[in-house]
Amino acid sequence: MSVRTLTINNIPVAVEEGKTILEAAKEADIHIPTLCHLDGVSDVGACRLCLVEVENINKLLPACVTQVTEEMVVHTNTPKLQEYRRMAVELIFAEGNHVCAICVANGNCELQDAAIQVGMDHTRFPYRFPERGVDVSHPQFGIDHNRCILCTRCVRVCDEIEGAHVWDVAQRGENCYIASGLSQPWGEVDACTSCGKCVDACPTGAIFRQGTTSAEKERDRAKLEFVVNARSKQEWTR
Amino acid sequence: MTKKIVIDPVTRIEGHAKISIYLNDAGEVDDARFHVVEYRGFEKFCEGRPFTEMAGITARICGICPVSHLLASAKTGDKILAVKIPATAEKLRRLMNLGQITQSHALSFFHLSSPDWLLGWDSDPAQRNLFGLIAADPDLARAGIRLRQFGQTVIELLGAKKIHAAWAVPGGVRSPLSAGGVAWIRERLPESRATVKMALDLFKNLMGSLTTEIEQFGQFPSLFMGLVGKNGLWEHYGGHIRFTDSEGNIVADGLSEDYYQDYLGEAVEKWSYLKFPYYKPLGYPDGIYRVGPLARVNICSSFGTSEANKELQEFRERAGGVATSSFFYHYARLLEILAALERIEQLIDDPDITSQRVRGNAGINQLEGIGVSEAPRGTLFHHYQVDENGLIQKVNLIIATGQNNLAMNKTVAQIAKHYIQGTEITEGMLNRVEAGIRAFDPCLSCSTHAAGQMPLHVQLVGADGSVLNEVYWN
Repeated sequence: MSVRTLTINNIPVAVEEGKTILEAAKEADIHIPTLCHLDGVSDVGACRLCLVEVENINKLLPACVTQVTEEMVVHTNTPKLQEYRRMAVELIFAEGNHVCAICVANGNCELQDAAIQVGMDHTRFPYRFPERGVDVSHPQFGIDHNRCILCTRCVRVCDEIEGAHVWDVAQRGENCYIASGLSQPWGEVDACTSCGKCVDACPTGAIFRQGTTSAEKERDRAKLEFVVNARSKQEWTR
Repeated sequence: MTKKIVIDPVTRIEGHAKISIYLNDAGEVDDARFHVVEYRGFEKFCEGRPFTEMAGITARICGICPVSHLLASAKTGDKILAVKIPATAEKLRRLMNLGQITQSHALSFFHLSSPDWLLGWDSDPAQRNLFGLIAADPDLARAGIRLRQFGQTVIELLGAKKIHAAWAVPGGVRSPLSAGGVAWIRERLPESRATVKMALDLFKNLMGSLTTEIEQFGQFPSLFMGLVGKNGLWEHYGGHIRFTDSEGNIVADGLSEDYYQDYLGEAVEKWSYLKFPYYKPLGYPDGIYRVGPLARVNICSSFGTSEANKELQEFRERAGGVATSSFFYHYARLLEILAALERIEQLIDDPDITSQRVRGNAGINQLEGIGVSEAPRGTLFHHYQVDENGLIQKVNLIIATGQNNLAMNKTVAQIAKHYIQGTEITEGMLNRVEAGIRAFDPCLSCSTHAAGQMPLHVQLVGADGSVLNEVYWN
């Protein structure tokens, strides 16, 4: 397999052909913020947090879905990128109804972490306060669309790891939402195996275990990686 | 010409409010009104949320007494689950409520109200606050602050946070009490008891010089309502509702919170965001009743603990039986702190208190629930209706301060009529009107304004609405 050489933040990096900039950066111990990326499932470039600058390309590229090329010169933390990332997080906050104080994921939330990482102390955009619902028709789990950032991790874990494809994205633009089944109440979707992988995958408190109250959400993220490794590499231990 | 005096904002209370004093043509006080001018909307925006979140959400109503909402909400949630919570969970909830009563009463007594009588009603308003008290009597101020810290730490030991711990949940509580927590409480109890004893002695000595205030600060007959336990014992968490009158007669007893709508009505006035609950059988506004420390002390047969019982006997002797002056709220608060500390001691001596079995699980078994608890300021009701999945359809919260609304209005009118005469209105006169409100320790919002100085703004408004005169004290 051929190798590609490139520089990330002026550090020379050599990775296998076909790897993404995000993977290359990880190998070189260079941190790029992400929200929609989840180890073990495919990437979709939904959150735009991993945008990077590539010299001689006149637009910002999402590191998670951009493959490395020979002699690529990548910058991951320029002032322009810092500003764009902060704006992306601010827009996510302004778009939904994120009330950390009463959220199950408070203190254990990747959106909160991202906000801290990008230095967001407030949002410069007016909050939209959209009217969104909560679906607690499933006997064990619930989805609060107010807290959903449309990262589609749940869609991907359910489809690619569990193979049930309960979740998908419905509507377009500002009306976009995560739909269960044929946009039915979750509790009525026969395909759901109640495995709980979507709860573990969700970066915020949007998908949660019923009965959990503020700051009680716990995720078993390692379980996802374990299932993927067990299947692909026949590794049965955690 | 008819005039109106507006005190806006009312200071050293929790929340935002103003007082309007209406003068007639002769310059005498005609009436006074206490307006709560902030709108919160909790009952509306909770609709559509899972009921399990309600404890966490409603705790945010208040930064002083989040525990009260937490407990009333968790008890409502218990009803929706239709579970009897583990015995230790109830003991721990009680322990947290006692910590809450201690810290809130200490705040009201030492931080907010004592500057009035220790530094003087007419003293410099720039100094008439906690900081002035620290300068004048640092030992007393420190003891008061440490007493509040004790109560707050009890809450923190249980819920991991002093404020807004979402710890009580439908079915019980989230975490048990550690042996270390028990040890800390035990170690700090003697100091806390000494402080409340000192405050009681101080207040009783001062009472001789406060006879006018006792007579004028909301001295009127009314009903008193609150929870009582077995044999009419002082209660703060369980038990049943009792109404008594100003002669000490039991008007109604053994009432269940489940049927509160049968005996409590809620009236609305255009000039305040705070509703006006009343005792239904007597109608509005004759069904005026008071809740909170004064009511609980008046309705109970005894505290059930030795020291508090002794003080209760003396309290009743000094008040001449049933205490009908709202000024006695301050005195009643000290009695309740003492009783709370004695009960905390009993609870931590219970070997079961560190049991790990503290949370029961169940599904939605009832679509409606009503929970009640005694907040420091009085009886608090939460009433939820949920759909079959547990999403909130309707919320009604009857808060303690609302139930004192009629009494607070009557109190400010009485004080204004007594102290405000003639055209010259001094700051000290207006401070007494405000102090009438402070006696109730109303809790008007979710945040404390205990620290910091709010300006006093007084407007003289003519009958045509024009501002005749304005004075600011910064």
